[in-house]
Amino acid sequence: MIVEVGHFAVGLAFAVCVLLSVLPMVGAARGNERLMALGGNLSVAQFVLLLGGYLALTYAFVTDDFSVAYVASNSNSLLPTQYKISALWGAHEGSFLLWTLIMGAWVMAVALRSGDLERAFAARTLSILGFIQLGFLAFLLFLSNPFERALPLVPVDGADLNPLLQDFGLIVHPPLLYMGYVGFSVAFAFAISALLSGRMDATWARASRPWTNLAWAFLTAGIALGSWWAYYELGWGGWWFWDPVENASFMPWLAGTALIHSLSVSEKRGAFRSWTLLLAIAAFSLSLLGAFIVRSGILTSVHAFAVDPERGVYILAWLGVSVGGALTLYGMRAHTIAARIRYDWLSRETFLLVNNLLLVVSLAVVFYGTLYPVAYEALTGGEKTSVGPPFFNFAFVPLMLILALFLGAAPFVRWKKTQASSLVSKLWPIALAAVALGVILPLVLLSELSIGVVLAISLGLWIVLSHSLDLWRRRRSLTASYWGMWVAHIGFAISMVGIGVTSGFSIEKDVRMVAGQTLTVADRQILFNGVSEVSGPNYVAQRGSFVITEGSNDYALYPEKRRYLARGSVMTEAAIEPGLMRDLYLSLGEPLAGDSWAVRVHIKPLVRWVWLGALLMALGGGWALLDRRYKRLRVRSSAAATA
Amino acid sequence: MNPKRRARLQAVTFILLGAALTVGLVLFAVRENINMFYEPARIASGEAPTDTRIRAGGMVLDGSVERSDESLAVSFVLTDHAGSDFTVYYSGILPDLFREGQGILVQGQLDSNRHFQAEEVLAKHDENYMPPELAGMAMQGDGSADTGADLP
Repeated sequence: MIVEVGHFAVGLAFAVCVLLSVLPMVGAARGNERLMALGGNLSVAQFVLLLGGYLALTYAFVTDDFSVAYVASNSNSLLPTQYKISALWGAHEGSFLLWTLIMGAWVMAVALRSGDLERAFAARTLSILGFIQLGFLAFLLFLSNPFERALPLVPVDGADLNPLLQDFGLIVHPPLLYMGYVGFSVAFAFAISALLSGRMDATWARASRPWTNLAWAFLTAGIALGSWWAYYELGWGGWWFWDPVENASFMPWLAGTALIHSLSVSEKRGAFRSWTLLLAIAAFSLSLLGAFIVRSGILTSVHAFAVDPERGVYILAWLGVSVGGALTLYGMRAHTIAARIRYDWLSRETFLLVNNLLLVVSLAVVFYGTLYPVAYEALTGGEKTSVGPPFFNFAFVPLMLILALFLGAAPFVRWKKTQASSLVSKLWPIALAAVALGVILPLVLLSELSIGVVLAISLGLWIVLSHSLDLWRRRRSLTASYWGMWVAHIGFAISMVGIGVTSGFSIEKDVRMVAGQTLTVADRQILFNGVSEVSGPNYVAQRGSFVITEGSNDYALYPEKRRYLARGSVMTEAAIEPGLMRDLYLSLGEPLAGDSWAVRVHIKPLVRWVWLGALLMALGGGWALLDRRYKRLRVRSSAAATA
Repeated sequence: MNPKRRARLQAVTFILLGAALTVGLVLFAVRENINMFYEPARIASGEAPTDTRIRAGGMVLDGSVERSDESLAVSFVLTDHAGSDFTVYYSGILPDLFREGQGILVQGQLDSNRHFQAEEVLAKHDENYMPPELAGMAMQGDGSADTGADLP
């Protein structure tokens, strides 16, 4: 019964979104205050209804209601409760319900904070968001409904959640990722609203900035956690595979990163305005494209949902309507933006232009590599290909290194114009120190050297040193948005160093080990004490017992090979000794003849820096929201309203 | 040159540079790293090239998996259940979802004996998931591809 109520609530939310996408828009066109004011109430209503639907399905999961088909195929009575709750977003239908709930939350948040915006602008924005939400809800209700009952044949027990997803990483990764994906719809709606009203001035840029930063921060954290989850859960020690689904989240991230930089120029200097609008459209379009790639199954991927062409066609049509509409509007209006903003070739404007150029070029590379197999198959009539990680690394890494080179100089470059001679005199000592330390540090700490590692460390230090000097110089007038920028840039440097060192110096060995055998890898002794059987709540496991001697330190690791009872599926649970300087990673392969096992041993220096840096980027993105000028804007406009 | 024109010229130069950079990098990289996919029929017929990195796929033939007693070397037969198959040689740890009867992708090279020397063996995370490359293949044979969940 509760499930039906939830289903009905989602249906009502659909009806509310029909009203939301029409009424405030009409109100804005006719100057009707009452219609415009409805936007706020409708936005709150659709969220409350969706929350009801979400809670109803969660209730079905927690109470093991296997008459609901989706619950039956993704849960099991033995599943621990926290995973029953998160199993809701463990497969296509439920994860899309979460997607619409999060979209609903963004719409409501925009409605509640739209007091500072001009009425008609806010009303149009809410209508556009309502229209997007309408498309999502139609998809949910008509093509992927998680509320459907499996009557009359109710299974006795559920088929269980995919064991890979029974993990903390899966509890947090999709919600964060979706917060980012659909969060870009806000910048998109602001951009369309600005184009519709013909007022593409700095106001819309200022209004979009905090929302875009927040969405970007969530997406960054979501991608980082996904990478971390893949590292410890997939059992083979990699943390980025250039898999189509990873690329699907990475493309909007690249567009979003370009967008938050371009927005700063549009807000502060009024330049790049039409380019910024285009990026706002692109970031959200790429989010939709990501949804299409993940949910249509057109690309071979390690984590694609089951193939369903009908859903793919729907998302593609929806992508066509929203992106096509947005671009048409852009084409009609963008040329009316008259820019008379002047800046010198050596200026912050130019640097941010270079930033955008490099990010968009990297985006093009990822886009090309991801969709090449699809295009190739279509053009050759069924010939299948794949594009491997070497392609992406080859084209992507140099672009990021150039980006880092510019980023290190950026703090000393001012708006409008900077003297080349003063810039050089400030920068050369930093460059010298960065390169010197870039050679010395790996020699002393790791006693190894390679070009890639020296480049990564030097460029990382180049960014950290120049930003630190700049921080010291400005110490008396630090704003939250400066801190946000600073922390995010340092995070970028830390990630880059982590990626460089762990790619260059990781040791990866697959070996055959017999109980009692000791293996020596890079001065560490690894003793294998054999395998015993243990049982968990819903699985039985072969647990390997290892003792590692590292210098004067001894510790034990217990990697497992688990067999989950409901599905009978086997899963590798790696054992990791984490460390800021290195991870030691062990996982069991399969049992071999004569009491021996295949064992995977990885030693990965600085691998944690990859995620630590990404989390700092996310933190920086969030920090910038605390800036006073966003609050001042609010105070000013409320004063204007009462006057 | 007036500043407005100069700014425009700057922007155009940047865009052209960027485009040239992308196209150059991408074309160079793609030439090296595209892996064509071949079904068992085209490998058995000799259509697939040797000593070139390719991808191939099929169902693991029941009873064909052979492990070495000393090393991590393993060999198995991939089949399309329609009369064509080929043998894959691999050294290393197989993925968790590698099972007899399961659809598998391999990446590597065909040697001069037309044996597939795999560098990578890929199985999917979800046992009900079928790689699109294999979707066209006959799934029913002596070992149907979707019984994986019942095997230990």
